[in-house]
Amino acid sequence: MNVVLAKNETGRALSESFAVVRDRLPGGGKIAEARNTAFEVYDRVGLPHRRLEDWKYTDLRALMREVLPLAAEPDAAALKQAAAAVKLQAIKGARRLVLVDGVFAPKLSELEGLEKGVTVRTLRAVLETGDAALQTQLFTPDNANPMVALNSAMMTDGVVIEIANGVVLKQPLQIIHVAGGATPAAIFTRSLLRLGEDAGATLVESYIAADGVKAYQTHDSLIVAIGDNSRLDHVRLIEDGRDAFNISSAAVTLGAHAHFNTFGMTSGAAVSRYQATIAFAGEGSRVETNGVNLLNGRQHADTTLFMDHAVPHCASREVFRAVVDDRGHSVFQGRIVVRPDAQKTDAKMMTRALLLSDDAEADNKPELEIFADDVTCGHGATTGALDESLLFYLRARGLSEKEAQALLIQAFVGEAIESIVNDDLRELAIAAAQRWLEARG
Amino acid sequence: MPAVQETVERVRRIDVDQYRYGFETLIESDKAPKGLSEDTVRFISAKKSEPAWMLEWRLEAYRRWLTMTEPTWARVNYPKIDYQDIHYYAAPKPKKTLSSIDEIDPEILKTYEKLGIPLREVAILEGVEPPPGGEPSANRKIAVDAVFDSVSVATTFQKELKTAGVIFMPISEAIREHPELVKQYLGSVVPTSDNYFATLNSAVFSDGSFVYVPPGVRCPMELSTYFRINERNTGQFERTLIIADKGSYVSYLEGCTAPQRDENQLHAAVVELVALDDAEIKYSTVQNWYPGNSEGVGGIYNFVTKRGDCRGDHSKISWTQVETGSAITWKYPSCILRGDNSRGEFYSIAISNGHQQVDSGTKMIHLGKNTSSRIISKGIAAGVSQNTYRGLVTAHRKATGARNYTACDSLLIGDKCGAHTVPYVEAKNSSATFEHEATTSKISEDVLFYCVQRGLSQEEAVGLVVNGFVKDVLQQLPMEFAVEAQKLISISLEGSVG
Repeated sequence: MNVVLAKNETGRALSESFAVVRDRLPGGGKIAEARNTAFEVYDRVGLPHRRLEDWKYTDLRALMREVLPLAAEPDAAALKQAAAAVKLQAIKGARRLVLVDGVFAPKLSELEGLEKGVTVRTLRAVLETGDAALQTQLFTPDNANPMVALNSAMMTDGVVIEIANGVVLKQPLQIIHVAGGATPAAIFTRSLLRLGEDAGATLVESYIAADGVKAYQTHDSLIVAIGDNSRLDHVRLIEDGRDAFNISSAAVTLGAHAHFNTFGMTSGAAVSRYQATIAFAGEGSRVETNGVNLLNGRQHADTTLFMDHAVPHCASREVFRAVVDDRGHSVFQGRIVVRPDAQKTDAKMMTRALLLSDDAEADNKPELEIFADDVTCGHGATTGALDESLLFYLRARGLSEKEAQALLIQAFVGEAIESIVNDDLRELAIAAAQRWLEARG
Repeated sequence: MPAVQETVERVRRIDVDQYRYGFETLIESDKAPKGLSEDTVRFISAKKSEPAWMLEWRLEAYRRWLTMTEPTWARVNYPKIDYQDIHYYAAPKPKKTLSSIDEIDPEILKTYEKLGIPLREVAILEGVEPPPGGEPSANRKIAVDAVFDSVSVATTFQKELKTAGVIFMPISEAIREHPELVKQYLGSVVPTSDNYFATLNSAVFSDGSFVYVPPGVRCPMELSTYFRINERNTGQFERTLIIADKGSYVSYLEGCTAPQRDENQLHAAVVELVALDDAEIKYSTVQNWYPGNSEGVGGIYNFVTKRGDCRGDHSKISWTQVETGSAITWKYPSCILRGDNSRGEFYSIAISNGHQQVDSGTKMIHLGKNTSSRIISKGIAAGVSQNTYRGLVTAHRKATGARNYTACDSLLIGDKCGAHTVPYVEAKNSSATFEHEATTSKISEDVLFYCVQRGLSQEEAVGLVVNGFVKDVLQQLPMEFAVEAQKLISISLEGSVG
């Protein structure tokens, strides 16, 4: 980018907002310094816009009309509201970590009977008193991405989970992000999961709003390090309020012979962007990423994945499905990079979009960047409407138009949802998809 | 497959990084002083005895260019170009006014002979003409427009084309003789403000071909332009404009070569195609500019803007390209599918070897109803080259029933090269059906083993696989070019095996 655009109103307001809250943010000394550096990096670009290749389809300068002040600590009313919302999301037997308006809420959390070798701390605690190595790890995500930089600068709380070598969690860990405040606000969180060697875990992230909470902005980021021979199953469900913003990032690294299975579904939020970087650091590892966007109204959802094959003998699979109705706008940007010497890489990416209305829009950008020759890489992308002949077949058998459509949509997204291994979680995703279909009428 | 045997033979005879067309022709030439300013633009315009409106058009483009910055989004790396260190105009010094091909500088004629381009019209002997209803292709003719540095030196078969009503002449002549057509269409597909290199071209273009096919006419022969850069320190900026009026058909071929030099030379061309109702344009390119030596020194920077406008209903534009030359290629032949039921096609083979960098692809912009497009791209990377396919397929809100099929495959030969795919698929209409697939792989060991086991050498086996890999595209080329292209492919890949 050789033209530095003048900042718009929103960008300026954000800069001022940082100046105001800077001293209230957790962590002094080095942490404060790292925050300042991150903010400077962010401030140089400001809110990303369509002239930045990575943000071509998600122009935050156009979409983010107003910047909201940093969320206040949740009061009793907010916590009560949040508790009700959390109840609906609870998974049977799961360990629950609840963040209300970006602040860890111990009363709503449920960590009973946690296995030995698992430690859970809040980000606030780690930033204030944690060891230097862990603090450094919390600042590893690349600030070159302006929204990551902003998150680095502003993060207030989150959870830091460490799982020791050889520990396999039997129950899923669930992080629930709830917006509970009555006044619209911006929430900045960051969480970290460190999985040792020969370990295993299932992580669920849910993004929801308490009843009646509408316009808010969630800025989250997740750092995951998976040790050798470990396995992580990951499910994230975005069911934010219909006027909310959700800008989340993930930075995942895999050791040798590790396995990462991730599924993400976006059915909420007015504007959402999920940007994940998955990097292979050890040989023989495998990643499956699956995603579904279910959009209607004027929703805008962007999934940007970066698969970094830096070492040989790794495999990755990406399956993405978008169902777009009304004036919805779905974006999928998938980039697979095979670095020199990452021989025997096996990478596949398939993205499909289903457009249900004439005003819907789906943009796909599946990219391959290959620097090694002994590899098998491929990608596919399709866009289209529901198959008329299939609809006719179902209609001829007595289904209504809507029922027939719903059945075909379920089948369409089913391929991605089926990748979830845990039965309860799969049911959870199916239920969320069901809710979207029902709301469609 | 006899052709494969032939290519392999050819590969054997040639040393690594030998470029067949690297010779230089020593002729006197007339050059504009180095550098770019309004005066340069005026100089070129005056040289071409252009009308005032044309000069104004150029100056406007030049002023616009001054405000623009060079694009940096393509995956290519090159040192900054000094636009003041280039001659923007070079012409073979005319000895006198030419009245027939015999008066062309024999050195130039020799150059074209060396290139294998016949500029002399071979007189058809009486009685040898094909019988009515006979196979016309047995006696196929190609009309050639030869562009040497900045000027067109000869256009063959003028008379025969005139009988058919086809206008095929250097664009500099067309500006003088058919100003109404040029005025109407020039810059209507690639506006002067389109992009950095197109704007530069609009300001300083020197020559190129102009084709107009009147309504209902099927052009009786293939039209061809052969571009040759000869002078040192020059840039070549040609401009081609092809208009196929209602119900007409034309097939146009383009070839290019340049001498071997240590310096990098700039080639920034613009090609505009306009197809009106029911018209069809087939545009084929075999691009073989000097790619630089095995160390990556020298070679042509090929920064080209090519765009076709399917302006009428049921029109069709088809691009076929074989890209083997140039140090850097930056080229995206595109189709604007404006007319209802129009069709765009893009067939490409891009081969990079040595230090070449290719960033090429296409854009299919669906605007009309029931428009369809097809993209077949084959990229082959060898040596330490980088080969990128970059393509856009987009359907406008009103493009009901738009259809696209895209297949882009990359083949990697060696572990130091890179092959990349950057497709953009944008659908703003629910009835649009887009399919895109891409694969990247190396030649399967099993396949090579199978061939070698049956008595083929390693090189022959690779040649066989590569020819099979690009077959879909080669089939789209006119016959004469297909043979040349096949040979080119084998030459470009030589040294990459073993």
